[in-house]
Amino acid sequence: MTSWLSRHGKWFIILPPLLFLMIFFLIPFGFALVISLADTAVRVPPFSDILSISPDWHIHLTLNLGNFKYLFNDEVYGLSYYYSIKTAFFSTLICLGLGYPMAYAIARTSRSTQSILLLVIILPFWTSFLLRVYALEGIIRETGLLNTALLWLGVIHHPLQIMRTTLAVYIGIVYSYLPFMVLPLFATLEKLDHSLLEAAGDLGSPPWRAFLDVTLPLSTQGIIAGSMLVFIPAIGEFVIPTLLGGPNNLMIGRVLWDEFFGNRDWPVASAVAIAFLVLLVGPIALYQHYSSKQLES
Amino acid sequence: MQNRVPPLLISILAIGIAILYLPMLVLIAYSFNASALVSVWGGFSTGWYTQLVHNDQILDAAWLSLKIGIIVATGSVILGTLAAIALFRFKAFRGRLLLTGMVNAPLVMPEIVTGITQLLLFVSMLHFFGWPHRGITTIVIAHIAFCSAYVTVTVQARLHGADRSLEEAAMDLGSGPVRAFIDTTLPAIAPALASSWLLSFTLSLDDLVISSFVSGPGASTLPMVIFSKVKLGVSPDVNALASLIIGAVGVCVLFAGYLMRRTERRRVLDAQMAER
Repeated sequence: MTSWLSRHGKWFIILPPLLFLMIFFLIPFGFALVISLADTAVRVPPFSDILSISPDWHIHLTLNLGNFKYLFNDEVYGLSYYYSIKTAFFSTLICLGLGYPMAYAIARTSRSTQSILLLVIILPFWTSFLLRVYALEGIIRETGLLNTALLWLGVIHHPLQIMRTTLAVYIGIVYSYLPFMVLPLFATLEKLDHSLLEAAGDLGSPPWRAFLDVTLPLSTQGIIAGSMLVFIPAIGEFVIPTLLGGPNNLMIGRVLWDEFFGNRDWPVASAVAIAFLVLLVGPIALYQHYSSKQLES
Repeated sequence: MQNRVPPLLISILAIGIAILYLPMLVLIAYSFNASALVSVWGGFSTGWYTQLVHNDQILDAAWLSLKIGIIVATGSVILGTLAAIALFRFKAFRGRLLLTGMVNAPLVMPEIVTGITQLLLFVSMLHFFGWPHRGITTIVIAHIAFCSAYVTVTVQARLHGADRSLEEAAMDLGSGPVRAFIDTTLPAIAPALASSWLLSFTLSLDDLVISSFVSGPGASTLPMVIFSKVKLGVSPDVNALASLIIGAVGVCVLFAGYLMRRTERRRVLDAQMAER
């Protein structure tokens, strides 16, 4: 493989990204782990030393598991983990319910229509995420488009209170992450062999039966990849619950933010982050597994 | 997979697309509202745009974000491309698994976790080495760390499609390795470089969470200013700003798409011509 580079020349290519990412991406996690085991201290930076060397050259290692114990004892954290998982789970389901038919419809159009529709789906992803969440307020606030339309149609007689509720958080997540669901689903559905469906039809399967027996199992990869692409960022979402949710929409992202900027308790915030990471290992591994499978095929 | 798309599917697709676009269209409409009250239509006006031009806080933040975006995009393309080439060309080297993990992890890592961990690193580094002070430098470093991952993934996919034999042929004809790469593979992956530059630029321009953590006093990026404004409710000059951004992004993406399609077509044509 190194026919065109002298034996060690390749390190000029490998080392810059390797070192940069190690120092600025990987090692920070080590720091977070270390600091989550430290004590809060009134100083800059606001945490105590874990390793200290006393004047008689004894090395002291002070590990403080109190921050993690605190996570278990204070129910705010447990609740926020539970609430984040629940919110992310149901928004993923809604995205799947909406995104699957969309991806299926796109996959069944002609090639040229496909590329236009895909561009239409991707385009919002390029515009500012923050501004899109903010734009949603124009639809769902008390005097927004939705309430105005429903009042005008006579469906409701009093404006619905959506802003600052759990429903607003769901709407926000589905709206923001829908393209992430549609794209991987499209990628699998596009490759689907249509003759299998025809065969099922020839053998007497009604269309819904053929869908359940053929299409759905063959699109598992896309379903899982898309679901994880929605679930993982949704669970750590900060902007949506802060701008659209109410005070009781405690998601981990918000708790972390408050712990850091509000309480300035860095060790506890680090512990929350580490615990959050542990929680994410499963979904991330699942996503990696299925997305690499999709790349291979 | 053609024709006879059931009407039910078509309508769900239409609803989905409407959901994606309606809020932005409404926002743009409101940016031309003369009334400061969001609930009242006070007639057509471009007053909020005029006000925007005189808002120094927003203009300074926008300028800062643009500068950061350009540095980040350029740095990310260089670093991310190196990583892509390393992973694609060298099948066995010490640290390959590590590098693979590190270019994939940022794609799925929640921003808030990345932001916190990087802040902790920067604070500790400042404590021990006296560098870097929190501000533009730390934002740039933090952004490059996650943007270069997107570059690597994009360029890697493109390298798979690039014809390696051209490079070998160039070397057989006496080109040095770097020269051969510049003459053959680089043009082939150029569209991926361009699109990943744009992607990194937008990701950097749009980032709120990581910037908020690693930034210091005096360095407020555009999303940070917007966030602090909209947290307090709807603000009409943000509507105007948002409309401008949405418009600019729309035009840029469409133009980039057009350019990429054109260069791609030309490249394929060239390749066909060469084969004849």
